[in-house]
Amino acid sequence: MIDVKKLSKRFGSLVVLDDVSFCIDDGALVVVLGPSGTGKSVLLKSMLALLPVDTGEVLFDGKSIQTAGEKEIYEIRKQVGFVFQGTALFDSMNVADNIALPLREHTDLSSRAIWDRVCGLLEVVGMQGKAKLYPQSLSGGMRRLVAVARALALDPKYLFYDEPTTGLDPIMTDKVVGLIKNLKKKYTNSGIVVTHDLATAKAVGDQIYMLKKGKISKLSRIEKELYD
Amino acid sequence: MNLFSAIGDFSSFFFRSVFIPWQLSQSRHRIVRQVYEVGIGSLPIIVIIAAFVGLVSIVQTSYQVAGTVPRYILGMTVGRMVLIELGPILTALMVSGRCASSMAAEIGTMRVTEQIDALEIMAVNPYRFLNLPRIMGTLIALPVLTVIAEFDSLIVAGGYAHFFLKVPFDVFNYGLTHFFYAKDFFGGLAKSFFFALVIATAGCYFGFNVRGGAREVGRAATYAVVTASILILTLDFLVALVIFG
Repeated sequence: MIDVKKLSKRFGSLVVLDDVSFCIDDGALVVVLGPSGTGKSVLLKSMLALLPVDTGEVLFDGKSIQTAGEKEIYEIRKQVGFVFQGTALFDSMNVADNIALPLREHTDLSSRAIWDRVCGLLEVVGMQGKAKLYPQSLSGGMRRLVAVARALALDPKYLFYDEPTTGLDPIMTDKVVGLIKNLKKKYTNSGIVVTHDLATAKAVGDQIYMLKKGKISKLSRIEKELYD
Repeated sequence: MNLFSAIGDFSSFFFRSVFIPWQLSQSRHRIVRQVYEVGIGSLPIIVIIAAFVGLVSIVQTSYQVAGTVPRYILGMTVGRMVLIELGPILTALMVSGRCASSMAAEIGTMRVTEQIDALEIMAVNPYRFLNLPRIMGTLIALPVLTVIAEFDSLIVAGGYAHFFLKVPFDVFNYGLTHFFYAKDFFGGLAKSFFFALVIATAGCYFGFNVRGGAREVGRAATYAVVTASILILTLDFLVALVIFG
């Protein structure tokens, strides 16, 4: 379970997160909805201590990441798979090496076992046969799928998606949304999706929160329909 | 940021990058790749530059001492000048121009495209993953390049003396070897170790601290070269003071 408690973050005079609190139960997929530039990505990065927060804390199974030491932070992060908005694939590595990196760093698996795992993950995201390609030769949607495969490499307990469908064509958007839903069913990961796309939010979210002007509030079904 | 905090920040970055738990098996490939990038990648330009350093040294020395001292003095003067000063410093400045900038640009681009954040999220320490191999790779490659440059310069200088100044090889070689002090050679080599540290650290430091976009990446590359060059000259003076002072 991830418990976000009174998280606040400002850049100079700009308040990005103002006492943000919510909870992600085990097995639940929470969506944080909000217009572009409201601090959704900041929220995700703050939750993983990539950005320092001004006040508040985030508890992963009761352990605060804000007060944890470097080693403990890394242990918490090993439980998290993160899909970046810009994919953040390593452009000096091919698809297979991108996915294999966390496995090489954190497991004692043999090269053969790593290769099998990479192929298995590529199959899960529908990218089989693309292992030797480099990110720059893939389309935006394909890169997004590889990023999902990389996020799954260590079989994480939590999945974080930062704008997973932004900039994708409708067909690829459907594919990514379907993948997120399937992954939730298959692996029962908890997770958080931040997006400005209500259709994506409604399709994947168990609970939907709205982030606006730094404040977060839970959307009820009626509000969702009104928003629609 | 004032000078002292900048020095502190730079030093702490260096120590954080080097004094970090790491395993050879995990980092070996990346270190070898950096040795290749810095060493083999810089070799052609170093060979060309070193040849011209040898030519300029012999022409200038001959101009200044011709007719006033025995001819073997040319070998001694050029030899010591190249081994103590010109070889290490010009090699370092060349490698700095070529490698510090590319390190800063590469790491800077990784920063702005969130690749470094991705490493952090994957619980991979970016200091170990990105900086350590570059520092180790440069530390291995630069001294080797320096020795190659010194040999290159001396051979070219000796050739020029033989064919154009009527100073036979054996006379040039007599001056070179008779007045050879191991301290000169190893002192120059010691400098190149320090130079390697500042070149790689400057490249990584400015790349790592990029905030923004393409313009900042370009700036980081420029700052890396300028800072590395200044530090090379500063260290050159300090090491010379300690070893030869």
